[in-house]
Amino acid sequence: MITLKQAAEALNAQVACGEKLMGREVRMACGSDMMSDVLAYAKNKAVLLTGLLNIQVVRTADVSDIAAIVFVRDKHPETEVLLAAQNKDIPVLYTKCTMFEACGRLYALGLRGCTAKDAENR
Amino acid sequence: MEKRYTVEVDDFERAGAASISLKELLQKLGLAPETVRRIAIGTYEGEINCLIHGGGGVVIADITPHVITVRIEDHGPGIPDVEKAMQEGWSTASEEIRAKGFGAGMGLPNMKKVSDTFRIETEVGKGTTVIMGFSCV
Ligand SMILES: Nc1ncnc2c1ncn2[C@@H]1O[C@H](COP(=O)(O)OP(=O)(O)OP(=O)(O)O)[C@@H](O)[C@H]1O
Ligand SMILES: [Mg+2]
Repeated sequence: MITLKQAAEALNAQVACGEKLMGREVRMACGSDMMSDVLAYAKNKAVLLTGLLNIQVVRTADVSDIAAIVFVRDKHPETEVLLAAQNKDIPVLYTKCTMFEACGRLYALGLRGCTAKDAENR
Repeated sequence: MEKRYTVEVDDFERAGAASISLKELLQKLGLAPETVRRIAIGTYEGEINCLIHGGGGVVIADITPHVITVRIEDHGPGIPDVEKAMQEGWSTASEEIRAKGFGAGMGLPNMKKVSDTFRIETEVGKGTTVIMGFSCV
């Protein structure tokens, strides 16, 4: 289990919203640009890493009870998307890391994937 | 209690609004978070299908203390082969939809997975209704 603060530090990330929630603890992560896959696999309280920027990222995170959203590759969504996340108490981080690099750094910190198999190996 | 939400045709910006309103309502009613999560995910998948494949329609939630039933209805093209549509990875979604993060062919199987009862009524040329039941205990 790590805090969002530790995750943000490992990713050299900028906290775009949810600064107050950086103490939130997370154990799993899901990296995908396909919201379909996130909905099917993401577990409760996982971190979502994505390069997709539309409002559906926040909606998907909301219905899936995602703990935080990390936008990779220095991509930033429109303000409206950010405001929607803030409104739902979903912290948003911006990192310059690529998806691969970001996932690797979080894995090294102890986060694991969301499939049953990854959980087994925990 | 019955709640109806309209799903507008191709209004992708608003897609998910019904599911999120329903989720907020169920949270206020004090349902267990894991039950709320299952209902929200199933409804959201259905809402997106209704919009991208069904040409819009309606989400109707029937809320009782023990069971929540969510019906998602459209009058779109219908599903010619339900068995195929239920397979993980089978999708007719366009490239445009895929670029928006959907169309992996995971929605219907996921709706079945998160719900306690699941039924599809569909007729080609007439439309599709998906009915999910969620037990609250
Ligand atoms: N309401 C509907 N009306 C007509 N066809 C539908 C409807 N819902 C689903 N389908 C058909 O069934 C297929 C599978 O649906 P499913 O929800 O599993 O996947 P998808 O919507 O294509 O992708 P995903 O849900 O992963 O984003 C769709 O691609 C579509 O051809
Ligand atoms: Mg779908």
